[in-house]
Amino acid sequence: MLRQVYDIVIVGGGPAGLAAAVSAKRNGVESILVLERDKELGGILNQCIHNGFGLHTFKEELTGPEYAGRFIEQLEEEKIAYKLNTMVMDISDDKVVTAMNREDGMFEIQAKAVILAMGCRERSRGALNIPGYRPAGIYSAGTAQRLVNMEGYMPGREVVILGSGDIGLIMARRMTLEGAKVKVVAELLPYSGGLKRNIVQCLDDFGIPLKLSHTVVDIDGKERVEGITIAQVDENRRPIPGTEEHYTCDTLLLSCGLIPENEISSSLGVEMSPVTSGPLVNECLETNIEGVFACGNVLHVHDLVDFVSEEAGAAGKHAAEYVKNGAKHPSSDAKDIPITATQGARYTVPKTINPDRMDEKHIVRFRVGDVYKNCYVSVYLNDQRVIHRKRPVMAPGEMEEVVLKKEELAAFPDLTQITVKIEEA
Amino acid sequence: METRELICIGCPMGCPLKVEINNGEVSSVTGNTCKRGDDYARKEVTNPTRIVTSSVIVEGGSLAAVSVKTKQDIPKGKIFDIMKALKGVKVQAPVHIGDVIVSNVADTGVDIIATKNVL
Repeated sequence: MLRQVYDIVIVGGGPAGLAAAVSAKRNGVESILVLERDKELGGILNQCIHNGFGLHTFKEELTGPEYAGRFIEQLEEEKIAYKLNTMVMDISDDKVVTAMNREDGMFEIQAKAVILAMGCRERSRGALNIPGYRPAGIYSAGTAQRLVNMEGYMPGREVVILGSGDIGLIMARRMTLEGAKVKVVAELLPYSGGLKRNIVQCLDDFGIPLKLSHTVVDIDGKERVEGITIAQVDENRRPIPGTEEHYTCDTLLLSCGLIPENEISSSLGVEMSPVTSGPLVNECLETNIEGVFACGNVLHVHDLVDFVSEEAGAAGKHAAEYVKNGAKHPSSDAKDIPITATQGARYTVPKTINPDRMDEKHIVRFRVGDVYKNCYVSVYLNDQRVIHRKRPVMAPGEMEEVVLKKEELAAFPDLTQITVKIEEA
Repeated sequence: METRELICIGCPMGCPLKVEINNGEVSSVTGNTCKRGDDYARKEVTNPTRIVTSSVIVEGGSLAAVSVKTKQDIPKGKIFDIMKALKGVKVQAPVHIGDVIVSNVADTGVDIIATKNVL
């Protein structure tokens, strides 16, 4: 079998993989290979043709393909190697990456460091337990997005959307612009999982109703979807009898959450967070397997690609340092301080932080589990509260952050525990 | 005096804005956390605009369609006129980011440009 050697192998050529590769190169590693399973670089950005990307990174508003284009240009400028149409099958704990494509067949790459940047996939109908037949006309919102924007096909004419994640909202607008009638967006939860701006621009602009605390209880049609019945749900998310409403339609789009794609990480033995379904990482974005890093949506699902690029840039830098300095980042380092997310904070990335190793400032990102108004984000070092920041609104659909300072952590005597929580006013 | 509540779409923060309007003139904007919010609120209550994005068919290229957008924002009321003007538009590969696909689309004075390279 063909066997190649690279310092850093990056699995995935989407926004995370691209930014990680460029950053690793700029931090002094020459030998880098990006493996992408699609026929082009850019990942999901290629089908996200709407605008709103890049305000943080480029200080201007770009569409998805333009944002990807900027990073692909940087990758080409840095002369970083990549392989398209290439599927990674396995990564071993001594960092042999097994992959395959049509040209090379099955091949192996011995890497010194691996960056996981596989992204995420959509929760499917099968994972949702929707009763009814299995007719044609049921798509995940992302599949419909790809069909309309990249392949030039319309999935249907009369549409009901279940789930108010960002892709569902974006597709409500997109289908409307292309002449379809979007009848309703139903959301199981009492709040939307999407960004507020998308509710304004994609639903309100076009008079599309958003029904919170509603779900699909029946799908009509044997060959093709003929109608959808939705009903209101109670506080336990159970449909309330008598609240059913029927919509005649030929298409149901599902936008019910994203799941990090971690099959190869799991079989490699990477420790996973049950909350994010992504790897548990330290502040270098390194997993429990030394020299294996993770960034982007495979680590935790982001709502802004700008933050993916930023995170991936950090992963690329740390992977480069690992390659240059060897095991400077031992995962077993005694001074890794665990960060606990509690009381409304669902998780944090990173999961541990090492005050000796960290930069002057480190951004810890997290999500809340419910909608909070006029509450405080608090950070405790052991039992002492060091951050108490008021937030007018926090919602599960929008990622939050706190900034930890090296000097504060290093100066704290016998630091054993950092806690992030939400406190009432 | 009239008060309108908006959600800023300038960036994903989605700041809740309160706009006070006196005799058709904006007298104050509150709730914004940056200049963009102030600009958006004034524009949204007087002349709301949007960037329109879509995709058109490419012939002879590596992909079936190329994504496009209005080069500047256009009046909100013109969105469907622009979509109508884009219907049936076909371009020949190669197409580069920034290439003009339709000039002065639907008499808005704004061009439709490509947002992706299709070779």
